Amino acid sequence: MGTLPEPFLSWFAAQGWAPRPHQLAVLAAARAGESVLLIAPTGGGKTLAGFLPSLVDLAERPRAGMHTLYVSPLKALAADIARNLMRPVGDMCLPITIATRSGDTKTDERRQQREQPPNFLLTTPESLSLLISLPEADKMFGSLAAIIVDEVHALAGTKRGDQLALCLARLGALAPGARRVGLSATVAHRVPLQAYVSPSGQADGVRVIEVTGGAPPDIEMILPVGRLPWSGHMGLSAAPEILARIRAAGMTIVFVNTRAQAELLFQELWKINTDTLPIAIHHGSLELEQRKRVESAMADGKLRAVVATSSLDLGIDWGGVDQVLQVGAPKGVSRLLQRVGRSNHRMDEPSKAILVPANRFEVLECEAAILGVAARELDGDPPRPGGLDVLAQHILGVACSAPFLPDDMFAEVRRAAPYADLTRDNFDDALRFVEDGGYALSAYERYRKLFRDSEGRVHVRSDRVARQHRMNIGTIVEEPLLKVRLAGRGGGALGEVEEYFANMLSPGDTFMFAGRLLKFLRIRETTLEAAEGGDGEPAVPAYAGGRMPLTTNLADRVRTMLQDSSTWSAFPDSVQEWLATQRKVSRMPGRDDLLVETFPRGDRFFLVAYCFEGRNAHQTLGLLLTRRMQRYGMQPLGFVATDYVLATWSADEPTDVARLFEQDILGDDLEAWMAESSMLRRTFRNVAVIAGLIERQHPGVVKTKRQVTVNSDLIYDVLRRHQPDHLLLRATRADAAGGLTDVGRIAGMLARIHGRVRHMVLSRVSPLAVPVLLEVGRESVRNQGGDDLLLEEAELVAEALGEAEPPPFRPREPPRLRTRSIGTHGQGRLFG
Amino acid sequence: MTPAPVHLAGERLMLDPDGALFWPAQKLLAVADLHFEKGSAAAVQGSLLPPWDTRATLDRLAALLRRYKPETVVALGDSFHDARGALRLHPHDLARLNLFAGAHRFVWVLGNHDPEPQGLAGEAVEEWRLGPLRFVHQTRPGPTVGEICGHHHPKAHVQTRAATVSRPCFVLDAKRLMLPALGAYTGGLDVRDPAIGNLFPRGGRVFLLGKDRLFSFAYQPIRTRQPAPPA
Repeated sequence: MGTLPEPFLSWFAAQGWAPRPHQLAVLAAARAGESVLLIAPTGGGKTLAGFLPSLVDLAERPRAGMHTLYVSPLKALAADIARNLMRPVGDMCLPITIATRSGDTKTDERRQQREQPPNFLLTTPESLSLLISLPEADKMFGSLAAIIVDEVHALAGTKRGDQLALCLARLGALAPGARRVGLSATVAHRVPLQAYVSPSGQADGVRVIEVTGGAPPDIEMILPVGRLPWSGHMGLSAAPEILARIRAAGMTIVFVNTRAQAELLFQELWKINTDTLPIAIHHGSLELEQRKRVESAMADGKLRAVVATSSLDLGIDWGGVDQVLQVGAPKGVSRLLQRVGRSNHRMDEPSKAILVPANRFEVLECEAAILGVAARELDGDPPRPGGLDVLAQHILGVACSAPFLPDDMFAEVRRAAPYADLTRDNFDDALRFVEDGGYALSAYERYRKLFRDSEGRVHVRSDRVARQHRMNIGTIVEEPLLKVRLAGRGGGALGEVEEYFANMLSPGDTFMFAGRLLKFLRIRETTLEAAEGGDGEPAVPAYAGGRMPLTTNLADRVRTMLQDSSTWSAFPDSVQEWLATQRKVSRMPGRDDLLVETFPRGDRFFLVAYCFEGRNAHQTLGLLLTRRMQRYGMQPLGFVATDYVLATWSADEPTDVARLFEQDILGDDLEAWMAESSMLRRTFRNVAVIAGLIERQHPGVVKTKRQVTVNSDLIYDVLRRHQPDHLLLRATRADAAGGLTDVGRIAGMLARIHGRVRHMVLSRVSPLAVPVLLEVGRESVRNQGGDDLLLEEAELVAEALGEAEPPPFRPREPPRLRTRSIGTHGQGRLFG
Repeated sequence: MTPAPVHLAGERLMLDPDGALFWPAQKLLAVADLHFEKGSAAAVQGSLLPPWDTRATLDRLAALLRRYKPETVVALGDSFHDARGALRLHPHDLARLNLFAGAHRFVWVLGNHDPEPQGLAGEAVEEWRLGPLRFVHQTRPGPTVGEICGHHHPKAHVQTRAATVSRPCFVLDAKRLMLPALGAYTGGLDVRDPAIGNLFPRGGRVFLLGKDRLFSFAYQPIRTRQPAPPA
């Protein structure tokens, strides 16, 4: 395996370190010119292993020009690693220049990087795409010897990952000799990651170096004292136990699942934090400055706890975290392991984690996750093929840099693993889309963005097109956001909320944000102004797509546990009793069947299907199912979805239930659903922005071009009608298989349970159905058609004002509704 | 498809869920803000939006003409998205539009976007009066009676149990009726915006467009933005 050359050996010794075997292995592979996928848990000296060969090479043979490119999904990580590299470079006086490049890099720095590229450039996928689109790209990257991709597992299979893979393929053409190093956490699917790192897009030719071992984590579950909640996902009732655990340890990260949950739990903890322990909050919508303050307070050991969302999942090594709490469902084994790994970054000692389930089902899920971690059964689906929208963006970017021949570009793109199976037809369609929109009606001959010269090379038409493209780079599309600012003198920015949330507020309303209670004052252009204080029940901003669905793997484990009563002894008494009663009055959901219960309640009939396919899939299935019930005359009235079950309610009794779950539901009703689903419309918008059809709305920029911008919903309707097989609609359908709509998971389930629907006709609600029934009226049903909701709203308002008689079917419980007239000097809420 | 009857200046008018107004007594159909060729206008700017918006808008108009068989059709201005819009019309769409304009009496009320429609049948006017009603592109704050207008593309948000639903809408008070935009690519302005609120100082009703019917809600506007606190 060899050893380190001088002066590195002495430097390691001076730090009190010995080179780790995997660091030497990566060095040896680099000397042989091989590409490497290094799989290691956090705290294994992974990043240094990635850079060591480059440091050694430049120490032995100093030279100008870019030598190593490092790409990380997190801007902050790139900056942090640049700082960490300065130390060995400084200590050993190595002739190496290091720079970072991100959206924050100043103009003169950018120019300098173009004119005199640093030896090491640390950047993000977005900034790399921008550099690739510059005319100087070949000069900048031509000298590359190594490319390091950090957190490969977090990138592969995402659109950012697609974008990066395409950029790597481009670099493969600009610098054919550059070897690659992929750094990854342990994953379920290793071969696709090898292919992702590989210069050929194929898994062979990439050596895997894996660091195994490390002490298994120490995970326990705690329950709130007293009654175990039937429903709810916030886990607020466990606040006293959470605070006690914080008090007992040095530094704790309290992970939660949504930003709304972070705000609520943070408030709940501070209500009882009589010792005023320093507890902070951290999530992705908070102002960058606020987040940085929290992060540096953590690093300095000034905090006892941080309530955080996935904003702290990845990235910088915080060092002194003693324990991790996960409040609410863990959702997946890999995700839990990632979070648990945030505590105690020393490999030889076990990480310590505590799970705090928020309801009964989550007790099952937590237990399943603990078993999954013990079995090291990682979850996650293999990465899906690359998106055509990302491909379109990339093609334009390359054209902005230099002209290309379509044949060459096709071959190059197929060397990116996500596009290894791309067909020539799809490539040509993507190229045509960039060229003139790719419409069946050739109306835009005159407005082409690309032109071909006599040798068939593709050029970008004008500098303006290139400028427009560079403004639109990236694959993360945010909902329209408003900055939240405290009104008055010195009122600082607190962060951002989605526009639709701001639209729900009236002046004087209270809402919770950035760990404060705020009073809504007004909206000014793109800013929401608020004041401290405020009273009454606060609203909490929710963010689109904020919730991760339960993974297939964890759902399997939960189903298995439900089936096998010998495992129940691990559960608290109240859970055991709950399950035992379920078995007595109905039956347990099986591993490969689908339990469906129907029962009357009030004057409606409920249907509860125990699908265990995650919220997103259930939301989609709920819409398809209620359409079908409508067709069969069952008069469906609504549905609600949780991670575990789907419940519908209808005026008529659902019969012949197996027929409702036939596989053809995805054929018959899917097209109609495509027309209506708000989730799919959002998916289309993202696709259209990424592909460059709709210009990105830059945060903080006032919409001055109101006349030019066109709502993506309107484009979707027109395109669907006139060219249903357009590239962007195909990309939208491909996205619908996963993500917010998860059609793929529904298809899998319907195939699995075909002929195995177990229908229990009950006279009353079953114990297992109680949690979902408690969600009725509380959960938002964003996928539902707007017309039904408007009708319900209009009728309720009319009824309350004495303008109309109540309809024949009325729920027995008063509906939990907040309704108001249009306009903001409302006549107020009709229902509490 | 259920239109909603309303009264303005003593006349009985029907609001159609597709966003048009029909006046039975005069067999008159009014539509607002067609914004033909908005797609190609964006293409000129570098956004290659799907080019069928004019066709889609014409389809909507055709359905309305079939439904009401009007003698007169009044387009309340901004019929083309920009001054050169009419020149970019696809020959097929132009022929269809002229077919409509030949079968009905077409009145093009001129808006802020359009010049005199070139090569189109029908008459162009600054405003159109019939009986007690006045058809204009853009209404102004202040006293008026029986005014039918477009221009603002009104849209309303209703917060329901499950989601905030946002739809184009009619806005009505005792004096004015504002029509939603009919163009396939026309977005909307929130009725809570003072630009609309100042025109309906005493509030009124909004009628949100649905698939087969309208949904009516009380409308209480904000008239001007609240003054900022002293800085």
